[in-house]
Amino acid sequence: MSAASRQPRTLVEKIWDDHVVTEQPGAPSVLAIDLHLVHEVTSPQAFTGLRRRGLRVRHPERTVATADHSVPTTPRNLPILDEMAAAQVRQLETNCREFGVPLHGIGDPSQGIVHVIGPQLGLTQPGMTIVCGDSHTSTHGAFGALAFGIGTSEVEMVLATQCLLQRRPKTYEVRVDGRLAAGVSAKDIILNLLSRIGVGGGTGHVFEYRGSAIEALSMEQRMTICNMSIEGGARAGLIAPDETTFEYLHGRPHAPQGVEWEAAVDRWRTLPTDDGAVFDRTITIDAGALEPMVTYGTNPGMGLPISSNVPDPAEAADDQRRRGLEQALTYMDLQPGQPLLGQKVDVVFVGSCTNGRISDLRLAAAALDGRKVAAGVRMLVVPGSDEVKREAEAEGLDEIFRAAGADWREAGCSMCIAMNGDQLSPGQYAVSTSNRNFEGRQGKGGRTFLASPLTAAASAIAGAIADPRRLPGIETLAAVGGR
Amino acid sequence: MPEQYTTFVSGVIPLPVENVDTDQIVPARFLKVTDKEGLADALFRDWRYEADGGLKEPTFVLDKPAMYGRKILLAGDNFGCGSSREHAPWALVSWGIRAVITSSCADIFQGNALKNGLLPIIVDPERLRQLFDLVAAEPEVELTVDLDSQVVHLPGDEDLPFEVDPFSKLMLLQGTDELGYLLGKAAAIDDWEATHPARVDTRPKGAAQRPAA
Repeated sequence: MSAASRQPRTLVEKIWDDHVVTEQPGAPSVLAIDLHLVHEVTSPQAFTGLRRRGLRVRHPERTVATADHSVPTTPRNLPILDEMAAAQVRQLETNCREFGVPLHGIGDPSQGIVHVIGPQLGLTQPGMTIVCGDSHTSTHGAFGALAFGIGTSEVEMVLATQCLLQRRPKTYEVRVDGRLAAGVSAKDIILNLLSRIGVGGGTGHVFEYRGSAIEALSMEQRMTICNMSIEGGARAGLIAPDETTFEYLHGRPHAPQGVEWEAAVDRWRTLPTDDGAVFDRTITIDAGALEPMVTYGTNPGMGLPISSNVPDPAEAADDQRRRGLEQALTYMDLQPGQPLLGQKVDVVFVGSCTNGRISDLRLAAAALDGRKVAAGVRMLVVPGSDEVKREAEAEGLDEIFRAAGADWREAGCSMCIAMNGDQLSPGQYAVSTSNRNFEGRQGKGGRTFLASPLTAAASAIAGAIADPRRLPGIETLAAVGGR
Repeated sequence: MPEQYTTFVSGVIPLPVENVDTDQIVPARFLKVTDKEGLADALFRDWRYEADGGLKEPTFVLDKPAMYGRKILLAGDNFGCGSSREHAPWALVSWGIRAVITSSCADIFQGNALKNGLLPIIVDPERLRQLFDLVAAEPEVELTVDLDSQVVHLPGDEDLPFEVDPFSKLMLLQGTDELGYLLGKAAAIDDWEATHPARVDTRPKGAAQRPAA
């Protein structure tokens, strides 16, 4: 079929069509995978499977591993005290050595959260198919890549064949137009979307985020949005590549160089959704009307504008919703009708694959500069990668955090998943820049309010949930993120 | 590799909770394992046990003696959302669950379940409500899950048909796995790769330029 006679296609349909290896009636498509990211938690059983079958990794040079989930964020010269975590990290090292997979392990200057280092190294590029045994692989969609999380059986398939069996997903347009107010950021856009569609609203679909508010975002803010696509049930969420994307990628270690760069950019320019292409579903968000968002419950869809009150289960649409809300409020120990603003917090966590990048740390630091974390509040700042840590230290952000009384740590997933010893105690409240507020996610019995880095910093200063728009100088402060 | 999926009769474990996430099915602290064994103890751990290791009071549904040996979990909408951890279906299967009846499953969970001999049976929300009512009225009710005919037999000769991906159905009934199927496509993959150059090289710069030994 010539290009001219083709039906208009969406971004995801173009990438899909480019990667179908073969199709058989009744069976899913065999889809080629360009980049496979691997971490210590979801890969050991896959490598064991390869050994059992006597298979090798088909393309170790299209595969890259790091240790992020269970690594301590204490100084790197200390051993991993948790014997099971240590064994898992050692197993990853053994597997990578035996199968020839490049590894950015502990001590490697490129170590970090898998969804931070992929973009940082220039491995994540437009038009690619990217998978990882991790649901937040959707992050890489910010570059106009089809990127999604897979299970360990699929990790084994990709290691063995560099392919997956997949059914073509449906498409869901998320159109965000208008201009964000100072103090309102990408995190608030995605939390607003989730509060509207719920945690299952995107099931079976892939989001494409479009519109003037999305185009105006930096790459790191775009990553924040795409990262949480999975919290709406969509395995992937994409943003069309543009000049912002190319500028971010240019000169990165694994990005194309020289004439190859020019050819790649030409190819990437053909990716955006064609005029007239049809999405299966559409939702629109008015960016100008958004407030900072915060969650109150036990899934990321339970979020509200920060000036709201906790909802009343008695007003729920049906019995099952009411029970769900009651269970959430019991777990959170919140009262229907109480204001979110002013709710006391014990811990503030800034980090994760959602908001652990340099621009996130710059915003939190700008808010904290010359101020103090409230007495009795523990604040952890965990850079998303070793490179982010070095960059932050070069800019003196670590000094600002320390002077404010925050704890400046080594890179990793840390308190987002609480596998590494960084965790809440039962009953503690945290404002967290991470992606999940599920029961026990940040430590058994811990209670999470998801929010943006600015809201987290404002809340650390207040010792309670606080509105970042009331920070002095918010207009200039909110502009420091960059990138 | 999963066993062949055969028709079975079982009582029902009711879990009328929506949006059950995989962090509840297996909390993250149990993900430090490097094999698939022993996860039955981690299943719904924090909904079952107190911090001191004793069972919660009242006991969680799984720990009621009448539930032992039951193979069907009846769950609220959007079951298995959140993390991609395949430990979730491993733990459910390890406990003995072979089918989850709900009104929708999260995409990644559904794919993981089907690869491990765990059948998601998706019914419409009204039907799901009726099933919860049925189990509440008759806690000992037994259902027959017949994948081959794509039907759940209810008491009183009532049949509840369900949809299932035809390829996944075949894999389950034969007890074969998708990797075996994919490995059989090696020639097609070779052909495709011959005309589609790699998009990226993950080897550290310097190493990539070195000729292969």
